[in-house]
Amino acid sequence: MRLLTREALLSFRRAPLLSTLSVTTIAFSLFTLGLFGLVAINLRQALRGLEERVEIVAFVFRGTPAEAIAIATQDIAAFPEVGDVHFVSEEQALARARAELVEFRDAYRDLQVNPLPASIEVRMKEGYRDAATVERVADRLKGFSFVDDVRFGRDWIQRLDQLRNVTGLVGLVIGLAFAGVAVVIIGVTIRLTLLQRAREIAIMRLVGATNWFIRGPFLLEGALKGLFGGLLSLALCWAGWRLFRGGTGGPFTGLIFFRPDQMLVIVLFGILLGLGGSLVSVGRHLRNV
Amino acid sequence: MIRFSHVYKSYPNGALALKDLSFTANKGEFVFLTGHSGAGKSTILKLLYAEQQPTSGEARVSGYNVSTLKRDEVPKLRRRLGIVFQDFRLLEDRTAAENIAFALEVTGARRDTIAARVMRVLTQVGLSAKSRAYPRELSGGEQQRVAIARALVNDPAILIADEPTGNLDERATRGVFQLLRDINAGGTLVVMATHDLDLVRQAPYRIIELREGSLVYDSLADEPASEVGS
Repeated sequence: MRLLTREALLSFRRAPLLSTLSVTTIAFSLFTLGLFGLVAINLRQALRGLEERVEIVAFVFRGTPAEAIAIATQDIAAFPEVGDVHFVSEEQALARARAELVEFRDAYRDLQVNPLPASIEVRMKEGYRDAATVERVADRLKGFSFVDDVRFGRDWIQRLDQLRNVTGLVGLVIGLAFAGVAVVIIGVTIRLTLLQRAREIAIMRLVGATNWFIRGPFLLEGALKGLFGGLLSLALCWAGWRLFRGGTGGPFTGLIFFRPDQMLVIVLFGILLGLGGSLVSVGRHLRNV
Repeated sequence: MIRFSHVYKSYPNGALALKDLSFTANKGEFVFLTGHSGAGKSTILKLLYAEQQPTSGEARVSGYNVSTLKRDEVPKLRRRLGIVFQDFRLLEDRTAAENIAFALEVTGARRDTIAARVMRVLTQVGLSAKSRAYPRELSGGEQQRVAIARALVNDPAILIADEPTGNLDERATRGVFQLLRDINAGGTLVVMATHDLDLVRQAPYRIIELREGSLVYDSLADEPASEVGS
């Protein structure tokens, strides 16, 4: 193991330019991926704010007994998709309208009869705020005999769904493309290292080194390049994030950076790419050296 | 130790490198392989260290059948051989001692034994004072001695030398040849391919001469076996 590590590290010393070049290219590939990741997590953060407003309102017939509503509210709260259930009486609805709809305050003041129905407001749990689930819960609410009508923002929930799908798809495509680029780059640099060290490999074989012994340092070298590339890309992402976020009070001060576990994933991904690139390259080219 | 039985070797371009070659060589022998360029000397050596396999026939080396040897068994065979080349094949960025230690490290030798084993073979080849010298700081003869020390460090049963004096002046040639004789005197089977007929005549060793891939002369066939080798 000591020899393996020493040989892998020696390759950095023997070919500093090539090693720097490969680490830098890996770093830039992962940097682009990381930047997209930053956009994605910030977009997701923004979407989460919108998603929290996903709400179903079930309007209740006048004269429905309070007990029936109380039992139904408990039933609805037990739905696995439902996070929060809130009953709004006719009086509370009117009070809210008077407070929120200031321009109609005069009209509401002169009313003899309260025209607003009571309602049950249902908020969905996180992860259940997609259009299909919301519609399913809405249908179940319609099944209660005292429910007159059920409303939810069908259009904008569907748009939210589309936005979520599109960002996920774009992220996946760009991520895969850059991962592919990184693998190719690592493969090429490992191949160059193999050619550069062909003489050494030939000597290793002559003195009886096994194929896995010869491969080991190259695989470790690839993994190390991935590790360094991953760390460098994180540093670049952080610099980019700081630059874009600007000082306090700017429009982007709310932008978030990766959590420690997400940073770990990026670095691990770098290592995986490095290892993958080396494996492919060593497997393909070692027999020709 | 070495047994070739009706070995043929042809290359994909159709060239026939060896034709119906049969010979045996035993522990303690010193065998010269002679012949013009292209006669098949290097092909025999490549079969010995399983760089290539016979097209037909059987080649057995140190208990391994090279004709049927699997790829993952090749390192096992090579650990029982020492191989020396005309161009030394030393790693330029490592000292003499590191070059030799490398051969031990790649075969998984215990770390605490490496330094002593390296010094032992360096002393054996007369280079203990130059253990820290890089190949570029050594003469051709000294580089070949380092290569021989590397070949010896795993205590091989067979030492294979492919034109080991081809790049050396007369004085260095004598020194390296004497070193190979000393190694042979210790019981190691030495197989040496060479063009140098003066060298061949210097010692009463077995000579196998090849021409266009065929064995045309084997001195052992004309002499009692007890007089050959040591």
